[in-house]
This record gives sequence, C-alpha cells and structure tokens, in this order.
Amino acid sequence: MERRIGVYICHCGSNIAGTVDCEKVTEFARGLDSVVVARDYKYMCSDPGQNLIKDDIKEHGLSRVVVASCSPRMHEPTFRRACQDAGLNQYLFEMANIREHCSWVHEDKGMATEKAKALVSAAVRRVYYHEPLETKEVPVNPNVLVVGGGIAGIQAALEVADSEHQVYLVEREPSIGGHMAMFDKTFPTLDCAACILTPKMTTVGQHPYIQLMTYSEVEDVSGYVGNFKVKIRKKARYIDEDKCTGCGQCQELCPISVPSEFDCGLGKRKAIYIPFPYAVPNKAVVDPVKCSHLKGLAEGKDVCRICQKGIEKKGIPGCEADAIDFEQKDEIVEVEVSNIIVATGFQQFDPSVIYQYGYGRYDNVLTGLEFERMSNASGPTNGEVLLADGRKPESIAILHCVGSRDENYHKYCSRVCCMYSLKYSHLLREKVPEAAVYQLYIDMRCAGSGYEEFYERLQEEGVNFVRGRAGEITNIAERPEEEGKLIVICEDTLVRRKRRIPVDMVIMSCALEPRADADQIAKTFSLSRKADGFFLEKHPKLDPVATMTDGIFIVGCCQSPKDIPDTVAQASAAASRALAMISKGKVEIEAAIAVVDEELCAGCKICVDLCPYKAISFDEEKKVSRINEAVCKGCGVCVAACPSGAITGKHFTTEQIMAEIEGVLV
Amino acid sequence: MSFEPKIVGILCNWCSYAGADLAGISRKKYTPNVRVVRVMCSGRVDPTFVLKAFESGADGVLICGCHPGECHYAEGNYKAARRIPLLKKMLSQLGIEDERVRLEWVSASEGDRFASIVDEMTEQIRQLGPFSRNGGGENG
Repeated sequence: MERRIGVYICHCGSNIAGTVDCEKVTEFARGLDSVVVARDYKYMCSDPGQNLIKDDIKEHGLSRVVVASCSPRMHEPTFRRACQDAGLNQYLFEMANIREHCSWVHEDKGMATEKAKALVSAAVRRVYYHEPLETKEVPVNPNVLVVGGGIAGIQAALEVADSEHQVYLVEREPSIGGHMAMFDKTFPTLDCAACILTPKMTTVGQHPYIQLMTYSEVEDVSGYVGNFKVKIRKKARYIDEDKCTGCGQCQELCPISVPSEFDCGLGKRKAIYIPFPYAVPNKAVVDPVKCSHLKGLAEGKDVCRICQKGIEKKGIPGCEADAIDFEQKDEIVEVEVSNIIVATGFQQFDPSVIYQYGYGRYDNVLTGLEFERMSNASGPTNGEVLLADGRKPESIAILHCVGSRDENYHKYCSRVCCMYSLKYSHLLREKVPEAAVYQLYIDMRCAGSGYEEFYERLQEEGVNFVRGRAGEITNIAERPEEEGKLIVICEDTLVRRKRRIPVDMVIMSCALEPRADADQIAKTFSLSRKADGFFLEKHPKLDPVATMTDGIFIVGCCQSPKDIPDTVAQASAAASRALAMISKGKVEIEAAIAVVDEELCAGCKICVDLCPYKAISFDEEKKVSRINEAVCKGCGVCVAACPSGAITGKHFTTEQIMAEIEGVLV
Repeated sequence: MSFEPKIVGILCNWCSYAGADLAGISRKKYTPNVRVVRVMCSGRVDPTFVLKAFESGADGVLICGCHPGECHYAEGNYKAARRIPLLKKMLSQLGIEDERVRLEWVSASEGDRFASIVDEMTEQIRQLGPFSRNGGGENG
C-alpha cells in the first residue's frame, strides 16, 4: 500500500533552530521516499503546531507522521494524541529527537544539521513499516500500597484511605512515625513534632480503610500498573497483636536492657519493648537477638520467660493478656493493589567517618538526631540538655554541612540542616539560656515560608553565627580557657582569621542520605537511582512523584532530602495520582508487546525460560510457544532470541529497527 | 577533511536513552558522531542489528543498557551482556576490531557518562579509520 508520510520539524524557539538549520532539514525531508509534505514550525507542541498535523492528515490523506523535535519521552504522547484526534492510529507516528540528542549537545551548526537530517531520515524509514495497534484497557484494582510509615507514608495513606479506598501501609519498624516521631520541635513554627504527628498516627491505626502492617517488609512485587501483586513478610513479633493491650508490664519485668534505637542509644529499652510511648500500634515486640528466652530456644533450653510468667515469689504477674507467643513465625501476606507509593525515607549520615570531628571518640559530640532526643521531653534526659557527666553545658557549637556539600562524602546540600540548626539554637537559648551558642555555617540557606524570618529571629536571640566550616574538633588545650573543653577549629571567613572556639558540647547537623538498602528497595520496586543515590523521579520538574514504572510513586526523602511541608505535599500529590487512576477505574495497557507466529515457531522453548515475567507458556499439544498479552511488558528479549524469527515485538519489529539503522547512516 | 566516524548507538529506553536525554537537558557537549536508535531494552538487541549497521556504513556500534541489577525488565541487560561478547568474538574472527562494538551501562542519571563514552569511542574509531567490509579499517 502507498505510504503518505508527513514530516514536521520543530524549531523549539531557538532551542533547536539555534543550532540546527531547520529549513535545510525540512528541504531534505521533502526529498525522502514517500514524504508528501514536510514543514517546519516554531513550536510543534503548541496548538497551532498540532493543528498543522491534524489538518495535513485530513487534507493530504497522510498515513504516517514524523515529528522531529524533543525527546519522545517528553512529547510522544502529545503528538500521538494529535494523530489519534485526526483519525490516524497513534502508532503510525514516529519521533526524531533533534533537541536532547542533537541541538542541545552539539555546537557545530553544520554537523548538527547533518545529524538532524540523519535522525529524520531514520524516523521516516522506520515509520514506513509502522502498523496500527490497538491499546487495551484493563480494570484496575481499587487498593493502594504505601511503603514506609514516616510522615510521607502516613500522609499518603490517610489521603487515599479518606476516599474510602483500601490502603495497605507497610512499615519495617515495630511502630509507624519514622524520623518525625523522634524530633522535638519542628521549624520554623516550633510546633512540637509529636503534637502534630501523633493525631495522624492514631488516625492511621484506627482508620477503617487502612490495614497497618508494622514490623513488615515488602519482599516481592509482580504484575503491572493497576494490578500489582505484592508479597509482604510480617516478621514474627512474638506478640499476639490482638491480645496485647500495650500496658507495658512485660517491659517492666524484662531483665535485659539494651540501647534504645528510638533514643539513638542515649537511653535504654528492654528486650521486650514498646518502641516509644506514643507508638502506633501501641503493642510490644520481642527483640529476637537480645531476648534470652529466644536465644535459649535456639539451643533447646527454656530460660527466663519472666515477661510471660511474672515473678511468683513477689506475686507480680506476667502478661495478663496472654499475648506473648514465643512460637510465632514470620508470615507471608499477599495483597493486590493498583498503585504503590514508596516512602522509605532517609538515614542520617554517620559522622564517625569524619575522624577529625571526633564523633564516637569524644563524649559530648552529638549528631542532630541525638540532640533531638535529648531535647525531647519524653527523651532519655526528659528534655534537659546535659553533658555526659550530668552537668549543663556552658557553651555549645552547632556544625552545619556535616557530610553535605563535601566532595569527600555527599556533594549535595541536604536542604533542611540550616533550618534545623537554627531550631537547635533556639531550643538551646531556651533550655540553657546562660550558655553561649555558636553556629558554624558555609551559607545560610533559609528558603521557605517563614524561614528567613526565623533566621532573623535567631540573630536577635543572641546566637553567634560564624561563617566557616569546622576543620577539626580537638580536646588538646593550647590556652588555659581551653582546658577540659572541646575546641572547634575553623576559619572565620568573614574576618579572615583562624579561630579556636572552646565549647562543652558539639552538635553536628548531619546530611540526609539514601538508606543503606536503597539498592535493594530499588530492585524490588523497579526504581532507578540518581547519582546521589536517591530514587529517580520520572521528570525532575513536571513529574516529580512518578517514576519510570507506571503506578509506582516516590515521595518524601527517599526521592531527595526535603522538609516536612514538601514531604507532605508530595505524599498528597502521589495519593491524588493513585486516586485519579482508581476513580477512572481502568488503565491502558501497552500495545507494543510480543506475539508468536505459530506457523514459524519451531517449539524450541528458548523464549520460555528467557522471559523475565513468565509471560510465555508452551502449548504441548501444538508444540508452540504462546505469550500472555496481559503479562508481557514488551521488552523484546524473546524477540531477539528466537532462532526461527517467529516472535514479533510489536512497534519494535526487526524490520522497523533495521530501517531505522539504515536511516541514521544516510 | 578529517575522517568523521559514523557510529550507531542502540540505547535502551529506560536508562540509557534517558541518560542521553539528560546529557541534552544539562547541555553537555559531545561529538555528533553517534546517532541513536531506541529499543525498549538492551536485551532486544539482536546481533544482526550490529551486522546491519556495519553493512549500512557504520564505523562502530555502541550499545547501552541499564546497569546490572537496574534493568527495567529485571534482567534483559544480562541477556545483552551474554550476547554481545559472543558477537564480538565472532566479529574478531572476521577481522573486525574490538573497539568497533562497545557495550556500556549508562543509567538515567549518567548524562555525563554517556557524553564521555561517545567522545571516547569516537576518538578510538577515528584512530582506527573507516570500517571496510574487506576486513577491518583502512589500515587493517
């Protein structure tokens, strides 16, 4: 059949036309085989630009369309829609990327123009072989999975659940709350973190549309957008959650004391414990590594069990709810969901690798999170700021950018440290008003609603701001006033002078970094990671919560360091995206999948084992392979492997790709 | 005029094509010698695509996929990692220099890496000279 191809070259303002001679490329396109019309236009993606295509399809009876403009990852859907609107099947369209792959990366006009011609010729040759394809719509499951129970996950879960759609909220730790639950106050308004977080946590715990799975981890995700199947491991808590009343009797009785993770090791917890007073669910959990009964069981011995039995001699009862179950095993739960919101958060940079700062060597060098716990009224010191020996500090230094903006660790700015450092200063002025507070910064970055005002307020509160990064912290005194102190050595770049600042306590504002197992999470959810290790969004500006995998969203600090307001906004955004699909009720399934020509199939079964999705089955009767359309994702691995050439990868057929290869080489 | 090699780049949609897009978005400059053909996965790269490229006048072929463990389709890049070395072995028996076919992993965040691979490969092939079907480059 005759092909009538229309070619459209976009100037993209001067983005393309500044480097590529668009008129020449258009002229070249006019001479290509089967091209009946070729035009260039300032902005093809604009309405008038799209109308050019639509009108030509009707007037010139175009049967194929090529647009040479930006990346297909940007505007392919736009132009496909334009074709569809004019009655041309959307798959009869092809795009040549002459912006990202050409005008933006080359300087020589002549060579860029030649390359643009080659890319246009490739697209024209390829589109010649395009076939119309029909997309299928499949119904979507109305449930949503949220992974991570920090403020991001909590917000996303509540937004979805409030629309009366089922949410499964999976949290690795025994309680939800995340980092925010550890904080004392929040900048710049100084609301107490627990006061604004715990109502949300409680709502999650009681919400009829949220199934909360704490102490659980996602093991496997299969399926596709709209219909994911998720395998979740509920780790043995050794507590019957239905029976446990959260009375705390067990942790009173338990004789084993270990450093509390929630208090950053500054306080203690027991081997059977409720993670913190406002934990949700407010249920105990047994630490299998520390519990002497569980350790004994492994050796076939029955030891301790005081939590269960109580102390008979003293007449103290054990767990009266009979909730402790040492026989409990991990449980695998399978759920089906349409969308997955990943909110796995960050971890604090470990400053002990910066040896010269002495974290871990000097008693009174703290991380930010440790200070949060110390300052928190429910923390290990009941909110008092104390040195390791119990004295009150007379002087404190706060170090910015520990692990951030540092070539040796993380180059990026962690975005929140300037603000939380200011908050620490404020808390210190409040709690130890006699103490001198120094803040050592590189730049103050206070961008946000009310943030600059907070900085100004702190300047008036009598904090000493020193512009300079600390080089070292030492306890070797050079002057009498340095005796028994930690000396922060830095260059004060405003007065161009080296300074030694003797202080009693140092607080390090550590970087926010990707979690140590971000790699594993990325694999489980088919996510990509940025150079800095955080998860990669679909588009840095226009699609910041979606990912390359449809139906999987990233929110909060797993995407990049950010503050609570931005995290909450992202969480709500992802929830609304998930709800949009659920309310539509169906999702389009990619038409570019693989099919087997049964006439050609030799029945060798090579493809069956190659398919990463187990989409190919073997028909023993006919001795041919068969591909399940709903499961195939169109990667084309089987197409390349089939020795008989019996498998066609629709829209990426061998014919089409070969034609494109020829085309780029004109 | 100096010899300008023609290199066909076959890039997977999810990581490498996006990485090349990022090079563009960041206005990273590199030589215009590589022309990109997009496939959904490096596992779709049929060795005959490479032969076709040489037949049609390419001086080199660059295949890029997601880093091991990061494939959008779980393991397609492993298939490429097995096929392409086999192909290269065969090509070497035909007298085609090793540098003319290259398999690289480029993630969606590695625009800089894509640009430097292109520059490096272009330079290498410039040194080798044009591909000739009579065995190796002009000098070969």
